[in-house]
Amino acid sequence: MASSSKLNARIPEGKLEEKWTKYRSTVHLVNPANKRSLEVIVVGSGLAGASAAATLAEMGYKVKVFCFQDSPRRAHSIAAQGGVNAAKNYQNDGDSVYRLFYDTIKGGDYRAREANVHRLSEVSGNIIDQCVAQGVPFAREYGGTLSNRSFGGTQVQRTFYAAGQTGQQLLLGAYSALQRQVGMGAVQLLARHEMMDVVNIDGKCRGIIARDLVTGKLERHFGHAVLLCTGGYGNVFFLSTNAMGSNVTAAWKAHKKGAFFGNPCYTQIHPTCIPVSGDHQSKLTLMSESLRNDGRIWVPKKKDDNRKPNDIPEDERDYYLERRYPAFGNLVPRDVASRAAKERCDAGYGVGASKMAVYLDFAANTERYGKIQANKLGLHNPSKEEIIRLGKEVVKEKYGNLFDMYKQITDEDPYEMPMRIYPAVHYTMGGLWVDYNLMTTVPGLYALGEANFSDHGANRLGASALMQGLADGYFVIPYTIGDYLSEEIRTKAIPTDNEAFVKAEAEVQERITKLLSIKGTKSVDHFHKRLGKIMWDKCGMARNAQGLQTAITEIQQLKKEFWENVRVPGDANELNTELEKAHRVADFIELGELMCKDALHRNESCGGHFREEYQTPDGEALRDDDNFAYVAAWEYKGESQFELHKEELKYENIKLAQRNYA
Amino acid sequence: MSHGNMNLTLKVWKQKNKDTKGRFETYQAKGISPDMSFLEMFDVVNEQLINEGKEPIAFDHDCREGICGMCSMYINGRPHGPKQGITTCQLHMRSFKDGDTIVVEPWRSAAFPVIKDLAVDRSSFDRIIAAGGFVSVNTGNAKDANNILINKDDADEAFNAAACIGCGACVAACKNSSAMLFVSAKVSQLALLPQGQIEKQDRVLNMVKQMDEEGFGNCTNTGACEAECPKAISLENIARMNREYSLATFAQNKIK
Amino acid sequence: MVLYFLVNTFALEFFINQFTGIMSKKTGLLSSSIGKKLLMGVTGLFLISFLLVHCFINSLIFFNDGGETFNKGAEFMGTNWLIRTMEIVLFGGILAHIFLALKLTLDNRKARPVGYEVTNGNANSNWYSRWMGLLGTLILMFLIIHLKHFWYVSRLTDHLDGGLETLFDEMKEVFENPIIVALYCASMISLAYHLLHGFQSAFQSLGLNHKKYTPLIKSAGVAFSILIPAIFAAMPITMHFGIIE
Repeated sequence: MASSSKLNARIPEGKLEEKWTKYRSTVHLVNPANKRSLEVIVVGSGLAGASAAATLAEMGYKVKVFCFQDSPRRAHSIAAQGGVNAAKNYQNDGDSVYRLFYDTIKGGDYRAREANVHRLSEVSGNIIDQCVAQGVPFAREYGGTLSNRSFGGTQVQRTFYAAGQTGQQLLLGAYSALQRQVGMGAVQLLARHEMMDVVNIDGKCRGIIARDLVTGKLERHFGHAVLLCTGGYGNVFFLSTNAMGSNVTAAWKAHKKGAFFGNPCYTQIHPTCIPVSGDHQSKLTLMSESLRNDGRIWVPKKKDDNRKPNDIPEDERDYYLERRYPAFGNLVPRDVASRAAKERCDAGYGVGASKMAVYLDFAANTERYGKIQANKLGLHNPSKEEIIRLGKEVVKEKYGNLFDMYKQITDEDPYEMPMRIYPAVHYTMGGLWVDYNLMTTVPGLYALGEANFSDHGANRLGASALMQGLADGYFVIPYTIGDYLSEEIRTKAIPTDNEAFVKAEAEVQERITKLLSIKGTKSVDHFHKRLGKIMWDKCGMARNAQGLQTAITEIQQLKKEFWENVRVPGDANELNTELEKAHRVADFIELGELMCKDALHRNESCGGHFREEYQTPDGEALRDDDNFAYVAAWEYKGESQFELHKEELKYENIKLAQRNYA
Repeated sequence: MSHGNMNLTLKVWKQKNKDTKGRFETYQAKGISPDMSFLEMFDVVNEQLINEGKEPIAFDHDCREGICGMCSMYINGRPHGPKQGITTCQLHMRSFKDGDTIVVEPWRSAAFPVIKDLAVDRSSFDRIIAAGGFVSVNTGNAKDANNILINKDDADEAFNAAACIGCGACVAACKNSSAMLFVSAKVSQLALLPQGQIEKQDRVLNMVKQMDEEGFGNCTNTGACEAECPKAISLENIARMNREYSLATFAQNKIK
Repeated sequence: MVLYFLVNTFALEFFINQFTGIMSKKTGLLSSSIGKKLLMGVTGLFLISFLLVHCFINSLIFFNDGGETFNKGAEFMGTNWLIRTMEIVLFGGILAHIFLALKLTLDNRKARPVGYEVTNGNANSNWYSRWMGLLGTLILMFLIIHLKHFWYVSRLTDHLDGGLETLFDEMKEVFENPIIVALYCASMISLAYHLLHGFQSAFQSLGLNHKKYTPLIKSAGVAFSILIPAIFAAMPITMHFGIIE
């Protein structure tokens, strides 16, 4: 298999460990005087966007940052709970850059680019250094050093964390760096602005059309380069752990203007989320993977067992992850844990009212912690109650905010009875295809963080999203953008009355007018929920060819209906949240179709993409490395028309093997 | 579509934009389930309004899990509603009774002008952070993270202050619309850590100056902010900021 | 006494600063929200120290020796030059406290031009912490009456009412009126609540907080807020009912 001629990944030559160092030292530079006249647009203010904008501004570029929320600090990176990986080996447990690289490739089921992942591992340590220097309050040991915890798919402790709010603390660190540049005038911040389209001139990306969400005014913004740091598209499923506003619009508009979309079907379903409680549900809440450090997952051995969890004796419980995967136990990667939960529930062993949940139980570890604590306190022969009380205190310190969150939502006390959990859409490994420089197939248009097709292959390991977002923003783009911008120093700022801007704005205006003029009978949410159901049922945790084909037909039908019957109240020239949603859902519908097409064409199972036709006798994902060891990059060719381009994945340092966590 | 059996009357502030006058509108929320979140109840009402051809109620929200800080409703006289330690999106309808009348207002402060209905402009908070809520360290300047040892208690306390989500409930709750809890949380976080020492005097002076310029009121230590803060940010932070500010004012050896 | 003097000097310095403009708008302390709050706390603590001294001197009536000891104390307070000087500072402190309170209240009104339809302040704070202005105004009204009763006649006129010989006799006369006794008692309740918030609030404003000592300060504040007004209130009551004569 050869890569498509349209895809040049620009991976530097040389040995894996030397590629990045050598590239970084030889990539073209832009001198400080020229940086001042080069303008960079950053769309999105999450970990990738805020860190990139702050760093580029520090370097001297003129930066504009756009976010649809009221403040850059609201970006959904803030909700990441568990932690951020880094190959620091502070725990002296044999960690190394190579091991993080290896774990990530393996965790991604051998569908990621070696060079990118190795670079990610190399800079992972710098991220921790940078964040600590900014004052990010990571958890610490009594000696004052940084503390680590374990995450799924690894056997070392390399995850740095700040209670259950690591994403928040990292984002606020990046946000403060960004605000520092805003205060100094190096960054212009445009909050409550949504990117509506990219503007290409002579084959290069030269700016965006944005809508001021408060006044409804359309604005044209020029940039020598545009960075999309707009996150993932999990909300295509309607219900996901993403924020309500998370959307694919920026990436999708870029796709329609020439950026190829990579591996759209790779979706991560997170195993530990709070189950759906009814059809009013607007979003799902994650319970951090870190809980799997201390929680044991089980279902009753008997079908339709309606006893209360605490009444089910130990020998009638099936700790199915420990049974199936003794080496990794409850800490298998997310895709494996999710499928195993689905398998048990489908087989009739599910718990709770809906029977679509499994237990995550802390009793055993609470007792273990209680005993340790009793020893520390020098209590001899403590009573069982005493041990449990002490254990609960320890658990509370580690996971208090998560337990409170669970109780708030379910009205059940996880200190007293096991949590009920079920998998939910959480992250999308797919995204805009980018080369080693993080540039899409449109020159000057970059994608960072979750928005690109990324370094996670077909499945992302826990605590690696934060790592990738910050790596891209702090340590990759500041260097790689020089490769492009050094060629642009002679390009003067293009006036926004250029016809490309005028045309792009007119198209956006036309679409807004269209949406408002349909005046149909169904709300935007109605269509979004229907799309979500199609996607979840047929392109969710398990997929098959027949279902995907049906889904494609249904989505095309839904799209038609949407454009004939959606009702968007209000006007264009005001804060109109329904209009915002309508734009996003229209794009989700189109993306949904591409996801199904991608899932249908990939006749193998890998990571988050599980095709029922392709599994081992014991139900594990069955890859087809001979035919599918490539990145599927889709080119937009007009309505419902997508052309597949392949980027071959060459593994020169890691031997492809069946993933084994048993 | 019915979800449950609670029926409620909502009195909600409606205001077209920042330049027009607002008023209260009354809505009926029917078939509400106690398992819904407060915002999901609003979703149901809005869906109803759209189906009836009326304009839905605008409100800010995003993550719906209590961490982004975007949701901001003043419910029956309290920011984020009747329960403590949570945001509006974490408030569930089981905290209300069938037949209740619920009054919902936007945050009220000169520094938080209403944009539309229940949505307010909190960019003043961003400007306060831009005035000094950071450590001036460019990317690439950092030394190995474990070279900075930090006492665990200090690190924990800094974390507790840093847990602020910038929602503005403190300002909304304060009878004086004071932003002291928000500002002091950031000042404290960085004052407690060795990384923040170098700039601590300028930081507190500049942030307080910006806070005053934004038009927030003066703190009178009623403690309402702490009681209503969804992240339980402590009043101790305000005392620490007062101390830092006085020390900076008296001790700073330069003329500005 | 040393502490009293220190606090007074501190307050005096602030007071002078304010009017001489050393801390002008540019340097910011007094134009800033925290500066005003700080001064509010300093003057508050200064007034608290005055209450302590005032209470101590007046408690001399409880010797129940026909006012002999008390009158000696009153004589000392009325003639000692240091005390007389501090009296001026005291008035300055009271004025500064009032002036700042007014300024803060007006500023705070501006900070919320549109109010809430429904507020449930009791859910998150003590009523007296929110009504410090009202309590202060009541205390001010009392203060004017109180000054008229005792300070005016003893300091600014050379004779007491109706040819009375001593301040003790003046007290006995004034407190014969049950309405005045009731007014004094009610005012002491206002003072108690004002102090209940003000005492610990002053420490908070000055940034004097500490994990170990703040609970101590808070308890001391509660004790002070109850004890001092109670002792003050006991004076008109005991005199009215002839327990002290």
